[in-house]
Amino acid sequence: MFSPIRIGNLVLRNPVLTASGTFGYGTEYADFVDFNRLGGIIVKGTTLHHREGNPYPRMAETPSGMLNAVGLQNKGVDHFVHTLYPSICDLPTNVIVNVSGSTIDDYVAVAEQIDALEQIPAIELNISCPNVKQGGMAFGVTTDGAAAVVKAVREVYHKTLIVKLSPNVTDIVAIARAVEEAGADSVSLINTLLGMAIDAEKRRPVLSTVTGGLSGPAVKPVALRMVWQVAHAVTIPVVGLGGIMNGTDAIEFLLAGAKAVEVGTANFIDPAVTMHIVDEMEDYLRRHGMNSWDEVTMI
Amino acid sequence: MKVVDLIVTESVAASTGAQRLVLAAADGSSLPAVRPGQFVEVRIDATPGVLLRRPISVHDVRGEAALVLLVQRVGKGTAWLCSRREGDVVNVVMPLGNGFTTAPCPSRPLLIGGGVGVAPLLLLGKELTRMGSEPTFLLGARTENDLLCLTRFEQAARTLVATENGGAGEKGLVTQHSVLERERFDFIYTCGPMPMMKAVARVAKAKGIPCEVSLENRMACGLGACLCCVEDTIHGHVCVCKEGPVFRTEQLKWKMED
Repeated sequence: MFSPIRIGNLVLRNPVLTASGTFGYGTEYADFVDFNRLGGIIVKGTTLHHREGNPYPRMAETPSGMLNAVGLQNKGVDHFVHTLYPSICDLPTNVIVNVSGSTIDDYVAVAEQIDALEQIPAIELNISCPNVKQGGMAFGVTTDGAAAVVKAVREVYHKTLIVKLSPNVTDIVAIARAVEEAGADSVSLINTLLGMAIDAEKRRPVLSTVTGGLSGPAVKPVALRMVWQVAHAVTIPVVGLGGIMNGTDAIEFLLAGAKAVEVGTANFIDPAVTMHIVDEMEDYLRRHGMNSWDEVTMI
Repeated sequence: MKVVDLIVTESVAASTGAQRLVLAAADGSSLPAVRPGQFVEVRIDATPGVLLRRPISVHDVRGEAALVLLVQRVGKGTAWLCSRREGDVVNVVMPLGNGFTTAPCPSRPLLIGGGVGVAPLLLLGKELTRMGSEPTFLLGARTENDLLCLTRFEQAARTLVATENGGAGEKGLVTQHSVLERERFDFIYTCGPMPMMKAVARVAKAKGIPCEVSLENRMACGLGACLCCVEDTIHGHVCVCKEGPVFRTEQLKWKMED
């Protein structure tokens, strides 16, 4: 066992979290993982009101990756607070809520309600969803927009505030700096890369929304590059994600400067993958004679 | 639900583009029980670029010792699976989804399958027979060569056939088969191409017979987590993998004219 990791006031027993939208509310994976061995889970994006999400088809497999256009389907924050929270608050790991919205007021209203939940130690603010028509990514693609929403949420949210950044920007470092300045405790990156798939025989886009978010091994080099750039530009801890399939991938993100990682698409291929990733990462530290996660740095 | 390595104990061509695979636990242990209509997610190995598992319905079981899959080759993933041979190892997540409704048990159900959609109906027909029901299979295909595992269906229950070229059974589509006019059924189960299932659903509705369909929307996780495979229903968007893949037709918001 290695000493825990701190992200703001959040204490992680190891650096492995599950990425929002890929792990439901945790209970879907109860047959496959031991929650005692996870740093935390980040549950599905939660909005102020119920959202049905986008029409089917919402997913396309692409070379070494997948596109999704789920569109933040969820039953709204009231349902989360009254129905889901009581059933997951006792899971023996950190339960972090991903918060999404279309307006600043929406984000603030959801964050306020989650702030009151004793056993939720952190939120991840999603200012970067590519699959909703208004809001989401619109906030995440300008420094002013990102800063405004983070500042407003910071005023009402008193626990650890992680802000999830979009890779669909010209300069992610500038956005990260603006978010840090506005009071974020941490940034997580990257959300999905905007992409498209076309069915040549049908001569139609595959997704109902035409475009969607690309994830999986295909995006890993882009994610590593962005994590490396951001980690060298901000002082708050960085949470890295994008195409992590195994322990070595996760270690690469720590080497790029991340303090923790999120595992997303890999959960679809192996529902127990997070357990293997934790084992492989711990084994890496032992093989390299390291005594703490902080020692995983480039030479 | 479990992630298990299975070893191929039999691999036989069911037609030019379909393979019948028998799989047993690689370590000789017993497999989780499977209900008719449930499916497994198969990991596709050593196929460049292919990332996601492929959902495949369970065709048959041999107690808790083995399961049988009937796989149609449609893309790179299913091509890999169809090329598995005796001794190869296949990793699956199982069992997934809810099966067909068999309680209360209908007395004279009709099980209508088309193409590789016949696959889950064999186990269902066997289960219904075991429960004291008298099922009839009505299987459709383009030609007599496209009928998959016909003998196994015939051994399990009364089996009728419709082929588009008239090479076996009655000529035409399953929904044009004379048995639908001649006899009375109290439940219809169906799985096959979407236009066929919608045509079956129309017939069932016109005759006032309850009807269940098994959908095969494109999936990622298979566990109800990613929300990729949703179907529009009277309860909103629900996951086919977790809430389905079997649905009563009146729950679906299908455009019936398609």
